[in-house]
Amino acid sequence: MDGWDVAIVIVKVLVVFALLLAATILLVWIERKVVADMQNRIGPERAGPWGILQTLADGLKLLFKEQIRPNKVEVGMYLLAPVLTLLPAFLIFMVIPIGVPFTVTLGGVERVVSMQGTDLNVGLLYILAMSSLAVYAVVLAGWSSGSKYPLLGGVRATAQAISYEAAMGLALVPVVFYAGSLSISEIVAAQSGTWGGIVPRWNIVPLFLSFVIFFIAIIAETNRAPFDLVEAEQEIVGGFHTEYSGFRFACFFLAEYINMFNMSAIAATLFLGGWNGPTFGLTGFVSWLLPIIYFFIKTFVLIFIFMWVRATLPRFRYDQLMTLGWKRLIPAALLWLVLSAVVVGWRQFGAPWT
Amino acid sequence: MNLADYLPIAIMLLLVIVFAGASIGLGNLLGPRRPTPEKLAPYECGIVPELEPSQRFPVKFYLVAMLFVIFDIEIIFLFAWAVRFRELGWFGLAAVGIFTALVIETLGYVWKRGALDWNIPRRARYRLSHDVADEEAA
Repeated sequence: MDGWDVAIVIVKVLVVFALLLAATILLVWIERKVVADMQNRIGPERAGPWGILQTLADGLKLLFKEQIRPNKVEVGMYLLAPVLTLLPAFLIFMVIPIGVPFTVTLGGVERVVSMQGTDLNVGLLYILAMSSLAVYAVVLAGWSSGSKYPLLGGVRATAQAISYEAAMGLALVPVVFYAGSLSISEIVAAQSGTWGGIVPRWNIVPLFLSFVIFFIAIIAETNRAPFDLVEAEQEIVGGFHTEYSGFRFACFFLAEYINMFNMSAIAATLFLGGWNGPTFGLTGFVSWLLPIIYFFIKTFVLIFIFMWVRATLPRFRYDQLMTLGWKRLIPAALLWLVLSAVVVGWRQFGAPWT
Repeated sequence: MNLADYLPIAIMLLLVIVFAGASIGLGNLLGPRRPTPEKLAPYECGIVPELEPSQRFPVKFYLVAMLFVIFDIEIIFLFAWAVRFRELGWFGLAAVGIFTALVIETLGYVWKRGALDWNIPRRARYRLSHDVADEEAA
């Protein structure tokens, strides 16, 4: 590893960082426009063409607002929580491949640059670990605020996140034994090609139930409607971020949208084949660009479903949330896991008595 | 394991900490600072808060956390098996099948005991199990 490799790594990190910020700015605007359309409103339209700069305007406004620090807070944790919430949000995207590698000659050596922050051999476990870490910020923010509503929001968030994490993890096990690896790039590679030249070899085809369970679980993990009991305005004001204002509040807001983008990207990568798609026999630059376009199309389709669900469904009651998590999703995921393992095993090793 | 794989993650970690610290610090500089006693009180929709938020919350949340530990550990075992699915063959599948059956049985037991029910009427919650047995006998 020489200086050029380090330079490549730094450029990659900056690209991922810029990509996530740009995606957030776009996402908030898209969400407001889509929900506005579904509710027969216009939505933001003043800042920039079609209101596309609305998020930037909001962010700048928050920068100039007073950052109130209430007198009952636990200062250390209170100040740390907004930073902690951003960390997993940015880190999780580092293992997602967004396209095929390209080669570049630097310092007289030809180097292969993958379109992925880093290809960890335990990529999937890394994703699960980072998504679990996200709940710490919420709990600490709620607890350290020294106020009723944030505390309730924080406790709710923990119970909800850990309930659905079990279902999420179980839904991912079949993906691993289909690919035979925890590395995200190998999971994507295992999904290339087609069955009979028509049906793409994506995990969603054999593992449709896993995909459904995973998608419900990620909506709950990102605390989006209809699972937004963590910040249910009518009961607990703003939930865990009630006592935050100014840019500290913006950090929570930013993290929520980045997480939505991350989770959609993960679902697209693990179940919809990631950057796989027809290249029509093209070569050169176009064959490099097309996979990136496919990746973003898939991600944004899933994000659109997120928004669609938000605009359609009312919020769950807490006991309904727990019932869905523990009594529906986990048993379904367990049984589906056994069933798919037996089917795959039968195909690969033959009948058990032979 | 190659530690160089983790370099981008470490750089990203630093970058995010710097970004968050810088933007929050900038917000502190640019924003006004006009504290009033009312503004600094914990938010309670305009009512003056009389009590500290209680440090105790329903034990149900604790129960959920304990159940989660059981299932999360199970998932970790399953991942280890899933990576070596092909090599382990039917032997591994049978072993995991027995293991999963035990977990499903645990879930069934917990379910039957009512640990997964969220809203239990207070009367039912305080009714002791031998009372229930007595009632069923009678």
